[in-house]
Amino acid sequence: MTTSIASRRDFLKSGAAAGGLLLSFSIAAKAEAAEAGVRPLNAFVLIAPTGLVTITAKNPEIGQGIKTMLPMLIAEELDVDWAKVRIDQADSDPKLYGRQFAGGSMATPLHWDELRRVGAAGRAMLIAAAARDWGVPATECATRPGVVFHPSGKSATYGELAAKAAALPIPDPASLSLKDPKAYRIIGKATPQYDTARIVTGAPLFGIDVRRPGMLYATFEKSPVFGAKVASADLAAAQAVKGVRKAFIVEGGAVLSGLLPGVAVVADSWWAARKGRDRLNTRWAEHPTSGQSTAGFARQAAELAAAPPARTLRNDGDVDAALRAGAHTVEAAYAYPFLAHASLEPQNCTADFKAGKLEIWAPTQNPEPGRQLVARTLGIAADDIVIHMTRCGGGFGRRLSNDYMVEAAWIAREAGAPVQLLWTREDDIRHDFYRPAGFHFFTGGVSATGDLVAWRDHFITLGASPDQLASSAGMAATEFPARFLPNFRLDLSTMPSGVPTGPLRAPGSNGLAFVVQSFIDELAHAAGADPVAFRLKLLGDHKMVGDGPGAYNAERMRGVLLAVAAQSGWGTRLLPKRSGMGVAFHYSHLGYFAEVALVRVAADGAVRVENVWVAADVGRQIINPSGALNQVQGAVIDGVSVALFQKITIEGGQTVESNFADYPLLRIADAPKVEVQFVNTDYPPTGLGEPALPPALPAVCNAIFAATGKRVRSLPIDPAYLRA
Amino acid sequence: MRLRYRRPTSKGDAALAYKLNVDGKIREADVEADTPLLWVLRDTLGVLGPKYGCGVGACGACTVHLDGVPVRSCLTSVDSVGAARVVTIEGVGATDAGRRVQAAWSALDVAQCGYCQPGQIMSATALIARKPKPTDADIDAAMSGNVCRCATYTRIRAAIKHAANQPREASDRL
Ligand code: FES
Ligand code: FES
Repeated sequence: MTTSIASRRDFLKSGAAAGGLLLSFSIAAKAEAAEAGVRPLNAFVLIAPTGLVTITAKNPEIGQGIKTMLPMLIAEELDVDWAKVRIDQADSDPKLYGRQFAGGSMATPLHWDELRRVGAAGRAMLIAAAARDWGVPATECATRPGVVFHPSGKSATYGELAAKAAALPIPDPASLSLKDPKAYRIIGKATPQYDTARIVTGAPLFGIDVRRPGMLYATFEKSPVFGAKVASADLAAAQAVKGVRKAFIVEGGAVLSGLLPGVAVVADSWWAARKGRDRLNTRWAEHPTSGQSTAGFARQAAELAAAPPARTLRNDGDVDAALRAGAHTVEAAYAYPFLAHASLEPQNCTADFKAGKLEIWAPTQNPEPGRQLVARTLGIAADDIVIHMTRCGGGFGRRLSNDYMVEAAWIAREAGAPVQLLWTREDDIRHDFYRPAGFHFFTGGVSATGDLVAWRDHFITLGASPDQLASSAGMAATEFPARFLPNFRLDLSTMPSGVPTGPLRAPGSNGLAFVVQSFIDELAHAAGADPVAFRLKLLGDHKMVGDGPGAYNAERMRGVLLAVAAQSGWGTRLLPKRSGMGVAFHYSHLGYFAEVALVRVAADGAVRVENVWVAADVGRQIINPSGALNQVQGAVIDGVSVALFQKITIEGGQTVESNFADYPLLRIADAPKVEVQFVNTDYPPTGLGEPALPPALPAVCNAIFAATGKRVRSLPIDPAYLRA
Repeated sequence: MRLRYRRPTSKGDAALAYKLNVDGKIREADVEADTPLLWVLRDTLGVLGPKYGCGVGACGACTVHLDGVPVRSCLTSVDSVGAARVVTIEGVGATDAGRRVQAAWSALDVAQCGYCQPGQIMSATALIARKPKPTDADIDAAMSGNVCRCATYTRIRAAIKHAANQPREASDRL
């Protein structure tokens, strides 16, 4: 049932082919329509005479389960048996499919309504075809999975009706009524990932598994100081290694997200390419960022914090007056480090350049910007590039960038053969678009009645100026607790950086939740209040606070906070010495999450996170409960891993860490038990890839305070500081 | 027994050729002696199930069995394999334990991205074959060499217990 791009295009033109039904129409999603220049959505359903249904999965699969989940929406309203559904991964083709990306936990909010309507429209056409055959009104017909029937006893399978249905006009999707959720057979049912059988048997699904006739393997060495040019390299030595076909210098440019300077080695096997690379003895040119360092950024941040801010992003009330009048003032400096993505499949891409045309197989979260980058860099037409999206061995935001794609394309053209470029793990960790480090200098005030009355945050971040922040280094003026207390001030200062940065799972939030929810905890303790009660008081009795992109539903947040308190036995547990519970909440990616962690801190300072309880509100419907639970548990453990272990250090303009020995990821023995409850509220369903992560970090740090009386103000957690 | 001999390659120069027993089949590979088994499997023999994650023995994505013992194929030079039976994720389903572990992984929908799972399954299979009813401590010890960046550890643990509770079959096909 695999249909090539060409034949799909033919379908689109002719309407019907080979007894199949093609369903295709465009709907401008509300969210997309708001964004200028966004293409409409197209979705495709193909029904074979046998009744097998092929549904195209439009978005890249990075482990978030989207290849299974989006087709579930179509299949539900089409009314077919899930067992009869086959899923094809789409190529990157926005003209057919609309925007195709994996990011921002956006797939659910963007497609929840539209893809159900794709299914409903198909069902309506099948009913119309049957009604016409039988000479009865369509309104008298109904369906059960895969079958249209009429009260008179007539029935026909979708397979029988598919060709006739394809000839009928496509109904206006807005005119269709959708199923009552009580009638769902697929949505809301735990559904294993479509590729499960292939995953567990090791079938070739990933970018690294692509094989093409005559394909060569490449490695690409870049300067450890980001973007430095090649001064010299011993190409002959590399080429002397058995199996090496070619070694060459890539001039590259200066834009860190584009093709950078480096040395490519192309060989018959990747091992040979690596051995060749080891002989290159590459020397790098001087580069202006070779002096930057993590320690230097921290020093600059402290200096900037002592000076007036470059900009004030928000200034409600009078923070200084409130602090003077308040009963307690708390000052605290928080910091979080650069982080790498460390997706387990290192960056790679396969490219074949023939007669001016380029075919690419890429594990990418965001193919279209890659196409544009490749077209620009190689000087070829975007239309001459075909991009196949492979399964991605993790994304976490790393594969929103397409640097590996342009490298593979360039190297393949130079090599004159299909080439698979595969980065080493060391390349992957040293050439990331890091989660930017950030620094927050807080002052908070609590009144005699235990209310939070003043909040000031001087946020020191990376950027040439407040108007030119580094990627993912910003903070919204609506970030909690803005608008929840009368005197609130958010100041911003920047320091220039040559470190490549970019979005990492729950960008912004993954650092901000830590600092905000930790400092709120400090203030709760200063007020002598229970941390849950203090937060409930802060949320107040508001329902919606603000509107537009900064809108914050305090009622939903209170809902998950109360739920997680009950679920975790907050305030009712007797804990041993050096054990403690901490709470945190955070709103991001349209999801409301509250989490409680229980930790034990050993005498030597080692932290063990025993449990995390999660209450999540992502609206009225969990589409795939199996995938949803997996995402939340994974995101929470990811957050715990970040809190306990992870940091990228810059020294001499280079990344110090290089592999899992010095950039450790949490392992099974350290994984907490994660219990999740979904609190259903009557709002449209939203995404789950990201919003569970941010509160995990402060929940753990607040629990450490409860256990030890020591406040973690910088990450990762330092056991030496927590020694008894 | 060393199944190693010299033979001419297509280029005409002498190279070491290895006979390897991979998933029950004898396969030949003309490669340098220091080539890690991982790259012989992937690039020479086209066995793509074992994955590259770190190349330094720190992630477990490349795990295969040598005579039933889980090893990191990225650190196992082809020269050291000898006559040992190499079993990969592509062949492990022919063993009783492998079949049960794969079925448990499917039933519990363990994977997210899935990239680590071939290695996880190989480590879990070796554990179950050796210790039919593993405790949590056994699981921690046997599985700590395998990283899951997506952090599917909750289900990995549950799937190992699930597999351990499934009926065994008498014989292995490998
Ligand atoms: S690739 Fe072998 S242990 Fe990571
Ligand atoms: S499932 Fe993605 S690394 Fe384990």
